[in-house]
Amino acid sequence: MVVSPPRLAVVDLSYGYPGHVVGRRVNFEIAGGEVLCVLGRNGEGKSTLFKTILGLLPPYAGIVRVDGELSADWSARQRARTFGYVPQSGGGSFPFTVAELVLMGRTAHRGPFSAPTAADRELAAEMLSTMGIESLAQREWIRISGGERQLALVARALTQEPRILVLDEPTASLDFGNQVRVLGAVRSLAQTHGLTVLLSTHHPEQAFACADRVAVLAGGELARIGPPAEVVTTETLQMCYAVDVAVLAVADDRYRVCVPRSYLP
Amino acid sequence: MGLLLATAISLGPYRLGPGDLLAFLIAKAMGGASPLSAPAEAVILQIRLPRVLAATAVGAALAASGAAYQSLFRNPLVSPDILGVSAGAAFGAVIGIFLSLPVLAIEAASFAGGLAAVTIVYAIAAAIRGRDAVLVLVLAGVVIGAPFGAGVGLLKYLADPYNQLPAITFWLLGSLAAANLRDLTELLPAVAIGLMPLALLRWRIDVMTLGEEEATALGINTRVLRIVVIAGATLMTSAAVAASGIIGWVGLVVPHLARLVVGPAFARLLPVSALFGAGYLLAVDTVARTIGNVELPLGVLTAALGTPVFLWILAFSRRPAWS
Repeated sequence: MVVSPPRLAVVDLSYGYPGHVVGRRVNFEIAGGEVLCVLGRNGEGKSTLFKTILGLLPPYAGIVRVDGELSADWSARQRARTFGYVPQSGGGSFPFTVAELVLMGRTAHRGPFSAPTAADRELAAEMLSTMGIESLAQREWIRISGGERQLALVARALTQEPRILVLDEPTASLDFGNQVRVLGAVRSLAQTHGLTVLLSTHHPEQAFACADRVAVLAGGELARIGPPAEVVTTETLQMCYAVDVAVLAVADDRYRVCVPRSYLP
Repeated sequence: MGLLLATAISLGPYRLGPGDLLAFLIAKAMGGASPLSAPAEAVILQIRLPRVLAATAVGAALAASGAAYQSLFRNPLVSPDILGVSAGAAFGAVIGIFLSLPVLAIEAASFAGGLAAVTIVYAIAAAIRGRDAVLVLVLAGVVIGAPFGAGVGLLKYLADPYNQLPAITFWLLGSLAAANLRDLTELLPAVAIGLMPLALLRWRIDVMTLGEEEATALGINTRVLRIVVIAGATLMTSAAVAASGIIGWVGLVVPHLARLVVGPAFARLLPVSALFGAGYLLAVDTVARTIGNVELPLGVLTAALGTPVFLWILAFSRRPAWS
């Protein structure tokens, strides 16, 4: 059996903001088509870790390799053709239409002076319908809801045609139905396109819905990493969130739900 | 726009009918003899035409650079004058006048002054992060405008009161009265050179409105792009300031109105801003020189028109639109 190199390798990465180290010596690898879900309490540095992997923040130490290449050597354009990034909030404050904003995902695929092509517009429209928001295409960005923006940012990242998709709490302001749709889209894109996915969430249960593995950040370190069934446990959740949670198997243990014990009668 | 140009050329102390102008144009186009008298022709070619073209170019330059600054600084309330670019450019130009430098050197000094001002303002805004970014930018612009204004004041104090002082004072108020063909040969190329990167980079400038981090994540080298756009916009502003003094508000109000009409996409915003700016300044300049027996300074008139519009924008723009 030929073992292909990991698509994304994070090696001894220390990260943070100037004058403030957030996380130390983090190591993990993700294979092509794999979905890794990152858990950690507020302020644990999930976003900082993502931004450092994306090259938006310089690392304190350590390296990031993509298919064996050092991403630190890349230009912004090369990075954008590899990583699609869905920030927690974004899109600026000018009244662009949703279609125009999603089209900006093509920036790295076109020369500095060229206009987006008809094929680019088609792809953007296709991604809008993948996310189920084609009806928003002509709405102004500043007039749609936070959840609609999040869906549009995912559509923009997909329009980038990346190899690795990085989503920072993509379900944070989504309603229940859209949470299910986004996680389903992430899952199926990883399977059909071999897209590697790194996402963070505040709902540990979502790991069972979409992730191959789960990483837990705690105390500025990578505390656990492994398959959801092994990592998302009462002990880990107690350590991570300081809450007593029952992890219950449903549907013959094909899925598990997390219920705080204080909710149980 | 053509109609506006024709009207502007026709109006003035020396009356020309629209028919005269048309006959003149047709005769010139056919290569025939001019149907107008020699003085009338001189008025058209040497006085009205340069002035009208200068007003058009200055208006377009100020509005286009305002549109670029607004997109780049992600803020519909900045403009060449608010960012201190005009003050810096004016200081540079006044030094040039004070030292009796040739026109090209005055323009270069003006560009250097404008660039210095916008660089300092941007550095201050970048250093004071985490506060209301709009407020910091506007305040930094005002604060940095002050020493440049003081520098202009000092040079006025030192200037030869019979020769240089009136020239500086009148020019600072904003005027196109002295525009001649030679000025145009300096102004038009500078505006064209400044405009070119903005036009070529129109799609990337849209991405810059998302902010540093997002633009980088979408594949833009933000540092290079910012420098190129600021240099282009500042060159246009400085050329306009060197030609006509400080004409405020055009760079703020016109792009804002253009955005209301065609939206924020720079591919449409840039040409529409330039067109509106050209038309606006041409109209205002025509009013300035025909309204009374004495010509009104252009800067005074644009300020009188611009202040209420600015207050209107400040009061009624949606708060999230510039957070």
